[in-house]
Amino acid sequence: MLSHDIVIVGGGLAGLRAAIAAHDAGIRDVVVVSQVTPVRAHSVAAAGGINGALGNAEGGRDDSWERHMYDTVKGSDFLADQDAVEVMVKEAVPVILEMEHWGCPFSRNPDGTIAQRPFGGAGFPRTAYAADKTGHALIHTMFQQAIKRQIKMYQEFMVLRLVVAEGEVRGIVALDILRGELVPIRARAVLFATGGAGKIYARSTNNLLNTGTGMAMAYEAGIPLKDMEFIQFHPTGLWGTNILMTEGARGEGGYLVNNQGERFMARYAPKAMELAPRDIVARSIQTEINEGRGFNADGPGGGYVHLDLRHLGRAKIMERLPEVREICLNFAGLDPVEQPIPVQPSQHYTMGGIDVNVNGESRVRGFYAAGECACVSVHGANRLGGNSLLDTIVFGKIAGKHMSEFVQSGGRSRDAAADEAALREAVRAVEARIRALEDAPGTENGGDIRQDLRETMFQKVGIFRDEATLAEAIRDIRRLKERYRNVKIRHTGKVFNLDLIQQYELGGMLEVAEVIAAGALARRESRGSHYRLDYRERDDANFLKHTLAFRTPEGPRLEYSPVTITRFQPEARRY
Amino acid sequence: MEAFNLKIFRYDPEKDAGPHWDTFRIPYREGMTVLEALLRVVEHDDPSLAMRYSCREAICGSCAMYISGWYRLACKTQVKDALEDGTVTVSPLPHLRVIKDLVVDMEPFWRNYERIKPYLIEDGPPPERERLQTPAERAQYAEMVDCILCGACYTSCPSGVNNEEYLGPHALLWAARFYFDSRDAGKDERLNRVANENGIFRCHTAFNCVETCPKHLNQTEAIQRLKAEAVKKALALRR
Ligand SMILES: Cc1cc2nc3c(=O)[nH]c(=O)nc-3n(C[C@H](O)[C@H](O)[C@H](O)COP(=O)(O)OP(=O)(O)OC[C@H]3O[C@@H](n4cnc5c(N)ncnc54)[C@H](O)[C@@H]3O)c2cc1C
Ligand code: SF4
Ligand code: FES
Repeated sequence: MLSHDIVIVGGGLAGLRAAIAAHDAGIRDVVVVSQVTPVRAHSVAAAGGINGALGNAEGGRDDSWERHMYDTVKGSDFLADQDAVEVMVKEAVPVILEMEHWGCPFSRNPDGTIAQRPFGGAGFPRTAYAADKTGHALIHTMFQQAIKRQIKMYQEFMVLRLVVAEGEVRGIVALDILRGELVPIRARAVLFATGGAGKIYARSTNNLLNTGTGMAMAYEAGIPLKDMEFIQFHPTGLWGTNILMTEGARGEGGYLVNNQGERFMARYAPKAMELAPRDIVARSIQTEINEGRGFNADGPGGGYVHLDLRHLGRAKIMERLPEVREICLNFAGLDPVEQPIPVQPSQHYTMGGIDVNVNGESRVRGFYAAGECACVSVHGANRLGGNSLLDTIVFGKIAGKHMSEFVQSGGRSRDAAADEAALREAVRAVEARIRALEDAPGTENGGDIRQDLRETMFQKVGIFRDEATLAEAIRDIRRLKERYRNVKIRHTGKVFNLDLIQQYELGGMLEVAEVIAAGALARRESRGSHYRLDYRERDDANFLKHTLAFRTPEGPRLEYSPVTITRFQPEARRY
Repeated sequence: MEAFNLKIFRYDPEKDAGPHWDTFRIPYREGMTVLEALLRVVEHDDPSLAMRYSCREAICGSCAMYISGWYRLACKTQVKDALEDGTVTVSPLPHLRVIKDLVVDMEPFWRNYERIKPYLIEDGPPPERERLQTPAERAQYAEMVDCILCGACYTSCPSGVNNEEYLGPHALLWAARFYFDSRDAGKDERLNRVANENGIFRCHTAFNCVETCPKHLNQTEAIQRLKAEAVKKALALRR
């Protein structure tokens, strides 16, 4: 049976940074297990930039980690744990400089320093960037550093189960996609960096593989998911495909305009305008559409407003936003130099995730999580643009280092026979589930269930929520779970079996969706991205707390835990 | 157009002695990409179809294929732009071993990428702050970093056919990307690795790579710039 000191699941920014940190801290037997080659991870699509108080830009010289911290806490609608935010913002400048030292091709100021642009919720230039391909620049650099260290990678391996016994992690069971074999891997410590769950929603900016499988596996293994009701809707997804039009477009001066030709943000955030935080801008756009000031209100694909860049001029668009232009040309057949871009709010980010502390540790000994699949929590109820790439690198690094200390100091119990027994048992459980899928009656098509799930989530657990629609969503999800029992894997070949992968992960998607809806129903207030039409105010007296969801056969059981407040007392949030 | 034919190269090592073609009739939607059409086949028509995909926005490099006579990204290619007599024809990238259907073995491609030491080579410990690099210095390599490692250029290059030792346009582009980065301290070593018969001198400027690249990169120019550097260095050594 394969056995390694540290197993990292996921080859995005968080996973690779964790592997590099563990390696550099002296653990040479660290492996990355990833469904796709690392440069194909969702991180590659990040566009606008990464936040850090470098103080490089005109207008941002007096930036400091304290200001970054305040903006993040306020942006989070005071739900972020402030001790964790403090760690992140203090590490921001060192990790950005480290990426530069490793060769990341950041855009530059005329004096040669790293360039920074404004993003929502900061309102002045704090976001370092590489044109509008920052994720691409970062993940290639990170992959290169992993190659330099000759870190071993099991690529195109999809992990199907996290193996936990007696409160300790034992390893994982993976599917070798190219060969179709189940591969148990024993580990002294495991980290999940499996990314977000965006594809549970219709109209999402996410990569097609972001189905939250890592969250589902941790949940199944008894680890709670935290604050899952906070789903970020990005204001500007390209109408039709929902490919992201980066916030950098507004950072560079783009306007949002309704069908009357008005810059309507003046109504909602008169000071910050287009650079208010995402939750506020997304709701403002949706309100314009709902009240008849959008375009195509009742047409297929839903309503939209215009993102207008024309006044920026060709040269600036070509230099700062080349990818935005490429995407518009390829996917919408329009040139933003000459035409406004049709945009609509689109699911974008999962603020919640696997419950871990500042070191990435979960309550299961030896099991860690980092990046979008984890909830540390630094984003609270609403993440600021540019803070997620930062989160992946900072907490990936910290978790990797902590894991190596954990392993070097003896770590968890090391009874090989017990580990192997637990892993063999897990393989049997996975086999049984696959067999059940193969033996199912096949009266349902998994693709139809996914589609129904995505529409339910977008329509009923979306930007605006209330008691009735949330309760309906939960009923819908339970019905979909029933229908899922009849889904059959129709292709039984071993090599590269997409049918097996898709039907298997659908089970996890339904579980995660149920957690999102249940958390949202129980949270009778509005905070950040979670907006209840029947409870429009934030309610600190009752809900200044994190939601924890535990799996039970009857559905999620909710508990709550306190928010850590250190420097900034909650106050009304105005922009 | 209501519907179109999607003709797909098929090969399943577990049951087929050799490859064959399957054709599916796909309902058309305005703006449909080839990737969407292929995913529809997996979900509705034939769940055994295998292919790679991820970002669906032309940035991750997963979905390079040979579509209606040319190397393209399935996610970036509009069905209407790939139609020939009502049919879109899709097969895997050529010259690589087919694992199943549209999935090929990319191992030689990655191996060549790794051979050029694809990472910044530093001389000594880094400074406190960032290394300064002016926009003009960055412009020396800025375009090259846009490579998404999709493999289209590599498999379209006539110099590489039947010669896995040839580094290929992608690896040479990455060698140039670091060579022309003002921060890189590995110039001599980089040049030594590529200035040979399996590197820059095997490039016969067929321009297939330039024509193929979905990111509009100019690998041939990068290779020529490296050749000029190699010649300069050789002349300097002779003095
Ligand atoms: C279009 C877009 C633009 C964005 N732009 C920005 C930005 O400008 N700034 C910013 O701060 N944030 C941005 N974000 C958010 C940010 O990109 C992501 O949150 C971040 O990249 C997530 O990184 P990660 O390492 O956690 O996960 P990912 O990069 O998603 O990587 C997850 C990895 O896990 C693997 N994996 C998943 N499940 C399994 C499994 N079961 N078995 C094996 N492997 C598995 C995947 O293959 C992948 O390798 C953007 C997001 C989107 C959608
Ligand atoms: S240079 Fe272009 S064609 Fe070649 S691998 Fe890179 S992106 Fe693909
Ligand atoms: S799916 Fe990413 S390039 Fe096509």
